Amino acid sequence: MTITQATPQRAAVRRRRQPYLLVVLAAIGVLFLLLPLIGLLVRAPWRSVPHILAANDVTTALRLSLETATIATVLALIFGVPIAWCLARLDIRGRAVLRALCTLPLVLPPVAGGIALLLAYGRNGVIGEWLLRALGLSLPFTTPGVVVAETFVAMPFLIVSVEGALRGLDARYDSAAATLGASRSYTFRHVTLPMLAPGIAAGAVLCWARALGEFGATITFAGSYPGTTQTMPLRVYLALQDDPNAAIVLSLVLLAVSVAVLVGLRDRWLTT
Amino acid sequence: MRRLLLAGVVGSLMVTGCSSSSGHVSSTDGKPTRTVVVFAAASLKSAFTTLAQKFESAHPGVHIVSSFGGSDTLAAQIVQGAPVDVFASANQTTMATVTKAGDARTPTDFAKNQLEIAVPRGNPRHVASLADLAKPGVKLALCATAVPCGSAAAKALQAGHVAAHPVTLEQDVTSVLTKVELGEVDAGIVYQTDVKTAGGKVEGITFPEASQATNTYPIVVVSTGKNPAGGSDFVQFVLSPTGQQVLTSVGFESATAP
Repeated sequence: MTITQATPQRAAVRRRRQPYLLVVLAAIGVLFLLLPLIGLLVRAPWRSVPHILAANDVTTALRLSLETATIATVLALIFGVPIAWCLARLDIRGRAVLRALCTLPLVLPPVAGGIALLLAYGRNGVIGEWLLRALGLSLPFTTPGVVVAETFVAMPFLIVSVEGALRGLDARYDSAAATLGASRSYTFRHVTLPMLAPGIAAGAVLCWARALGEFGATITFAGSYPGTTQTMPLRVYLALQDDPNAAIVLSLVLLAVSVAVLVGLRDRWLTT
Repeated sequence: MRRLLLAGVVGSLMVTGCSSSSGHVSSTDGKPTRTVVVFAAASLKSAFTTLAQKFESAHPGVHIVSSFGGSDTLAAQIVQGAPVDVFASANQTTMATVTKAGDARTPTDFAKNQLEIAVPRGNPRHVASLADLAKPGVKLALCATAVPCGSAAAKALQAGHVAAHPVTLEQDVTSVLTKVELGEVDAGIVYQTDVKTAGGKVEGITFPEASQATNTYPIVVVSTGKNPAGGSDFVQFVLSPTGQQVLTSVGFESATAP
């Protein structure tokens, strides 16, 4: 009390530093996010887990999910980082429109995205018809088709977070490198990219997680067949049709594996 | 200004409170408006949309709210407590999940449906029989065996000793139809009613083995709903000659005829 009287300014600062409302709202939010997971853990049929895992071929779907999500993330990095750079640094007309178009899959319902992919890359699609005739390539119902669906849905997440990171960087570093005689590509590789690494890593993780959980576009564009196109989310949905307990166990497996991968990566790569 | 806003909020709360607590709102002519919630298999969509319209015009003031989807999904939602008055399923197994859970008593069979091969317009791979589905180069879409259309298709293929290699196992019959319509597969096994409702977008090919995999559709009044009397009226309407006529007009076979 005496302290408050002695230094009223500091007390005011302290009062302002305890944003109780924010903490309460955050706590409610965290509960909201965690309760469904707790529900899964509480209601999981723990005793029959080994039995369910043995009865359902989990490894096939899980391996397919991990492989396709990783390839989709690599593709998203190869094409998404340059897109983000163009959106953040190039002074081009219609940039806002371009950004909206590139991030369209974020708002598009994934099933609609799947239909759109069929109309583009299906064997009667705008590009697909030509692909089939010229190269004998047909994407629907194949594992590459799963990768295409996942990349389509997940890449915008990478673009958005990398573009955000790029805007946060001071463009004067680029200018300084340029005045020292560095070419634009040299500057990008040796100045921009290293500073951007945390943003890219965060974007890649977001992208990978979205690809791993992808359902709607995959089932619409690539179909669902064990071993070739049936990823974990599809397997979970199918299990839900006749055995809800199996669906719970399969969800937990996917959850455990993705958490393990993310924690493992965090130790090695994402220390920022 | 603030007081005005508050009054508005309280007022609207009172209005919504009234309408939801009493279950029905009085319409202008004083007769009660009632809602009947109907969950029906995806393959029933066109038939039940027509049935609902006819029922509503025969019972002024009654409003039918329908939801269509895979029978298994709908059954799971009812078991989880979805407020439903009527459930119409595409086979006996899914109906059994609802009756076993104690959410409904005695279902009545009201329609039968047979499988048919659907091919894209022009039949590019010249599919003519069930055996043709196993030919190399024919891309085939089936329903997953967990869904009624999938288990029926598996039964028919087994009856015909056909070892088909589908490229995809879809989650409901509409997804199979979509893939045929878009020409992404050369053939799919769907219900004859699906071929009929698709209009000219696909061609249907009947096959004799289908008779060994006929689906019988049961309907029942569900106890999780708020309007069992209305539900019972709707079930009676579906079983009535008028209801049966609507069903046969879209390709179903009657299951009530002796």
